Amino acid sequence: MTVTTPHLPVYPPGGHPDLPPPLATIGVIGWLRSSLFSSLFSTALTLVTIWLLYLLVSAVAGWMVFDAVVSADSRTGCRAIDSGACWAVVLTRLDQFAYGFYPAAERWRPNLAFILLFLALAPVLFFGLPHRRRLLWISAAYPFVAGWLIYGGFGLKVVETGLYGGFMLTLIIGVTGISASLPLGILLALGRRSELFAIRLICTAFIEFARGVPLITLLFVASTMLNYFLPPGTAFDLLVRVLIMVTIFAAAYIAEAVRGGLQAIPRGQFEAAEALGLPWWATTRKIILPQALTISIPGIVNVFVGLYKDSTLVVIIGLLDPLGIARAVLADAKWNGLATETYLFVALFFFVSCFAMSRYSLWLERRLATGHDGTGSS
Amino acid sequence: MIEIQGLHKWYGTFHALKNIDLSVDAGERIVICGPSGSGKSTLIRCINRLEDHQRGSIVVDGIELTRDVKNIERIRSEVGMVFQNFNLFPHLTVLENCTLAPVWVKKMQKDSAEEIARRYLERVHIPEQADKYPGQLSGGQQQRVAIARALCMEPKIMLFDEPTSALDPEMIKEVLDTMIALAETGMTMLVVTHEMGFANRVADRVIFMDGGEIIEQAPPDTFFNAPQNERTKLFLSQILAD
Repeated sequence: MTVTTPHLPVYPPGGHPDLPPPLATIGVIGWLRSSLFSSLFSTALTLVTIWLLYLLVSAVAGWMVFDAVVSADSRTGCRAIDSGACWAVVLTRLDQFAYGFYPAAERWRPNLAFILLFLALAPVLFFGLPHRRRLLWISAAYPFVAGWLIYGGFGLKVVETGLYGGFMLTLIIGVTGISASLPLGILLALGRRSELFAIRLICTAFIEFARGVPLITLLFVASTMLNYFLPPGTAFDLLVRVLIMVTIFAAAYIAEAVRGGLQAIPRGQFEAAEALGLPWWATTRKIILPQALTISIPGIVNVFVGLYKDSTLVVIIGLLDPLGIARAVLADAKWNGLATETYLFVALFFFVSCFAMSRYSLWLERRLATGHDGTGSS
Repeated sequence: MIEIQGLHKWYGTFHALKNIDLSVDAGERIVICGPSGSGKSTLIRCINRLEDHQRGSIVVDGIELTRDVKNIERIRSEVGMVFQNFNLFPHLTVLENCTLAPVWVKKMQKDSAEEIARRYLERVHIPEQADKYPGQLSGGQQQRVAIARALCMEPKIMLFDEPTSALDPEMIKEVLDTMIALAETGMTMLVVTHEMGFANRVADRVIFMDGGEIIEQAPPDTFFNAPQNERTKLFLSQILAD
């Protein structure tokens, strides 16, 4: 028996043109067919999933949105209006969630620092920007400007760090920890691969120690023991000590993520650089690190996201991060029992920030791909 | 130009190069061949100190290779090298691959480095690929970029470590043609290769190595038509069989 395809013309050898693929295999229709309705079983599964999703979304949306109360003065006030979520608990305390106990009259300062943060981040995150080199100077100055704005001095009223709290505190710890731990981690990773024994030993010891201890231990050291080791009279601020510990902890993880990237660089890259006569620093900066960091992006961002969320551990040594604020709010007799709403709100804040980091890292990976991973021709 | 005397090299306990004496004049083209593991790659990698040696001396253009980092960097900027696997920098464009070393080693201005790079890309017949990334080029094109990259440092000596071994058959010729054109400019060249046609046409001297020793060296005519040593004869019969 032969299969005939009478509608296809016959071409001479070497004369076959490129034909478009059958319509049903590409585009939206192709995707629907192959992903959702490829067989009877998968069609059934798709329909059941849609039904379950509908149940879930309608229940959650009802509680979170349609039956929710946004303005009331207590839990009983909420319940008197509707049966859904009582968002009034977070909305009435929004200032505390955002700033902790930062004095209301001075809140323009962290607000300004927050806006400037985006201006300072833009040239760091997006290399397509025009005049990026000059804009990076602004980014370099940002930590000092922000520190001055938030803490004060030089003409601004000093606001003690004990008053900082809420999302502001999370951002301070997260942004400082991330921007300080990346360079430190890179140096540690390079040091761990150094040919100089002493440098290698110091870096390895530092990494293994910082990774081998729970962050919470380091934070306790920061809050209680560090002062014993320092000369009397040099005791510095608890928040600064926390920032140092968080940075050290994250740097150790960054170092290991970067080391993974360094090890993935083929020997030939080092040899080619050596053969051209490039000195160590130029080789590292122009050839090895750009490639190693590109490979390490998922690992590095993983550490950043972890650091950002771990900043909530400072609640244990008495700093009022969003979870500390949540606890304080729930201790108020008026709002007692609204833990779900309060913690969901905090979770939402963390999810939005971490999701943004994750999306940025995916964008960055695509941006840095140059076709050497098999997308180009051999 | 190159003066090697009594060179010995060990990898751990493995004796990789045994008492090598070799002198190369300026403008001389030398092809080194031999079975795998015979030490031919190791030998040319010693010349720009990608490998260090334990005994004997190597003098390149009047500079002796020692542990002295300054000497090593000076020699490396005078000796270009082309690798079997190209070893282009995949995150840089073709042009950036070529300008990196002139800018960072010779402290050249970016504009003049680019001018030189474009001139050499022209010479290896791929000026139009300057802004592409290596991953977007074919193997033959990549190897020609690698040759241009080495030439941008305007070296006095060029080392080729099996430059065509990783290429698809239809791309070998374009690379060999580039190397032949380079040889015609009077460049001093040491080429590790099994391309006997190339050796026959270009080489002033063919060196046969086996077991870490130079077994035989002669001009191509004598080498191919009247080899003296039994091992040379065996090797030639094996590679010329197909």
